[in-house]
Amino acid sequence: MNASAGPAARVEMHAIGKSFPGVRALSGVDLTLYPGEIHALLGENGAGKSTLIKILTGALDRDAGEIRLDGEPVDFRSTGEAQTSGISTVYQEVNLIPAMSVTKNLALGPSDGAFGIISWRKARAAARQKLARLNLDIDIEQPVGTFSVAVQQLVAIAHALDDDTSVLVLDEPTASLDAQETATLFSILRDLKSRGMAIVFITHFLDQVYEISDRISVLRNGGLVGTGLASDISRQELISMMIGRELGEVEATFAHKASEEKGTEKLVARGIGRKRTLEPFDLTLHAGEVVGLAGLLGSGRTELTKLVLGAIRADSGTLEVGGKDVGRNTPRQSLESGIAFCPEDRKAEGLVGDLSIRENIMLSMQAKNGWLRRVPRKQQERLASEMIDALAIATPDAEKPVRQLSGGNQQKVVLARALASKPEILLLDEPTRGIDVGAHAEIIMLIRRLCEDGMALLVASSELDEIVAASDRVAVMRDRRKIGEIAGEDIKRDNIIRMIAGEDGGQH
Amino acid sequence: MNKKYLPLAATIAVFVALFVTGGAMYNNFLSTLVLGNILADNAFIIIAAIGATFVILSGGIDLSIGSMIGLVGVCMAVLDRMGWHPLAAAALMICFGILYGALQGFIIDFCDIQPFIVTLAGLFLLRGLCFMVTLESVPIRHDFVDLYASAKIPLPGRGVLRSSAIVMLASLALAIFIAHFTRFGNSVYAIGGDKESARLMGVNIRRTTVGIYAIGGFYSALAGVVYALYTSSGYPLAGSTLELSAIAAVVLGGTLLTGGVGMVAGTLFGGMILGLISTLIIFHGSLNSAWILISSGVLLFAFIVLHRFLVSSFDLRGTS
Repeated sequence: MNASAGPAARVEMHAIGKSFPGVRALSGVDLTLYPGEIHALLGENGAGKSTLIKILTGALDRDAGEIRLDGEPVDFRSTGEAQTSGISTVYQEVNLIPAMSVTKNLALGPSDGAFGIISWRKARAAARQKLARLNLDIDIEQPVGTFSVAVQQLVAIAHALDDDTSVLVLDEPTASLDAQETATLFSILRDLKSRGMAIVFITHFLDQVYEISDRISVLRNGGLVGTGLASDISRQELISMMIGRELGEVEATFAHKASEEKGTEKLVARGIGRKRTLEPFDLTLHAGEVVGLAGLLGSGRTELTKLVLGAIRADSGTLEVGGKDVGRNTPRQSLESGIAFCPEDRKAEGLVGDLSIRENIMLSMQAKNGWLRRVPRKQQERLASEMIDALAIATPDAEKPVRQLSGGNQQKVVLARALASKPEILLLDEPTRGIDVGAHAEIIMLIRRLCEDGMALLVASSELDEIVAASDRVAVMRDRRKIGEIAGEDIKRDNIIRMIAGEDGGQH
Repeated sequence: MNKKYLPLAATIAVFVALFVTGGAMYNNFLSTLVLGNILADNAFIIIAAIGATFVILSGGIDLSIGSMIGLVGVCMAVLDRMGWHPLAAAALMICFGILYGALQGFIIDFCDIQPFIVTLAGLFLLRGLCFMVTLESVPIRHDFVDLYASAKIPLPGRGVLRSSAIVMLASLALAIFIAHFTRFGNSVYAIGGDKESARLMGVNIRRTTVGIYAIGGFYSALAGVVYALYTSSGYPLAGSTLELSAIAAVVLGGTLLTGGVGMVAGTLFGGMILGLISTLIIFHGSLNSAWILISSGVLLFAFIVLHRFLVSSFDLRGTS
């Protein structure tokens, strides 16, 4: 299975398994890292990338499998132990103390003796030496927070690297870097690689994967989908590995509406965008139409929905809702003009777990009404039971705390809350994340039904088949840009994958 | 100039301005005599505040300071009556302070409980112990107390540095060393700056947290010793609400309550500003003590607002 004549593996992870209460995070995953190689680890949110890395670096215990370092079985119980063995990690968020100087940041870490005296002269020399390894020449007395994110990223790498580091794990190191900063980082990674380091590179930018990595592994739903040399895996195969999951029960059972049958224009976005978040885009939503938003993780799906809602403030463009120009709206104005939103992360942004179904449904209505005009209890109860019936929420009554519902039913409550404000436009971000197949199908049917009732819907999803099954028109996103639209009979998995892959060559 | 010195510079500027204002209003104000008295009279607050500086730098809070001061005082007085030498009693109480502080730090980290509530429990617990020890004021009558009261180092001019001021300055020097020249001190700033990042960067959070509150306990107990020797008595209500004055001194000294930014030396000036305000109002004569609290409050308020604006300049991370 291994590349036959290559050098001996530095790290072999074999049949790794890990469960959290109620969730199987990883099962039977293999990962092999070779010295002098950059290994890209890919997968959508929740695929198990972070869990796998945390097991490698000792931050999490594994339930099954074994890890060998240079052939010897190892069992790290803390990140410190892994670090001592030469495995260093730079986590996703830049992990430095912004108010402290570069020298002081680099002096932090597991040390000899709690009251060890620091000679700042020596610490400065050590800091310069560490930075020199990365060809970084900065004023080390300045607080880290005053440097650009790219420099901070490099300082974090400098902190992680020791003389005896043999494995370097980088979790989304380029997430907040621009093209030039990324280039700088890559030249440093190539340099480290040439010195025989094994590097794990987690990212969701496909161009970067092909630019820098030698080997690719893809995780999906806690399992390894495939692994191989970057030169052997085509871009389309890669995308298909990442998002091409089978939906099973919900196949495209309806005919995509032909473009002539469009209803009235409900929402028109012209040149809405925000620097470093999303390039300006145009988008029109019609009554009785579902527009799908397809793209890989980080392509800007969520950002687009939030820009339309106004939760991310646009710095260019205008929005027209129901024929009225609303300029750049705030979420509150959006709600008033008939836009409702179901967020991606329902626990963090959508629901209050300890409140009952009824109370959660009432939240946005009450906000629309204003806090002084309380909706009478009778009316609340009627509305809640209407919604429970309409969406078939499985619950004994409307007073059950939302926390106790299953994922699918929680998602329905999010929908119910959005629907309670009687919106004309509904924005859904990942409406089926983390719910089982049956509920999945129901939610898709619901989306179709709302659409037939004349609502305009925008559905962002990482599941391609879901987009294909639900949409009349699909907007395709790549690298924080809307790259095109397809409609009607052209909505097919392969077409979308081809667009995401960028047949034009896929420049960054 | 490095931005991190701005809060400290503001503190020193306010101190100098107040001192000069006093000098312009009253004869004899601008002298080492007044300065020496402010140092001696506020020594125990400043010592307690130095300990609190470590706690606040780490993003925590210690409410048990005042009760610790009271408990140390009554214990020293009772031990004195039992024939202990005040220095032996002081050593015992300081050890107790360190251990109690370390225990608080351990509970805060191990059980992951808010420092506010853990040290609030300490506030009640230690104060209760004071009343267990004695219900009335107990004098400390030992030759050493007289020696302590009379020892002094002359300053240029008519002023003198009294024992309390000397102890305070020595403990300040120790604190500056710990904060700025040890790995431990560096870790304290890191935890206050961003605990989660500090953890990922390999800082031993538990050992550091225990150390921080142990230092807090050490300085509270030392403040209690100085207070007991200064008043030559132990009184179970001594030091009530003193933790709040200590926190005020720390904040006036330029340390951010959110942690991670500040300097131990600033606390000296913060404490002296508080002392200077009361001295000014006492010099005035016709104003009552209400004005001490009112002007301290106004100044504190102004400083917190100032910090709010300064702190945004540290938050320069990318906007994405």
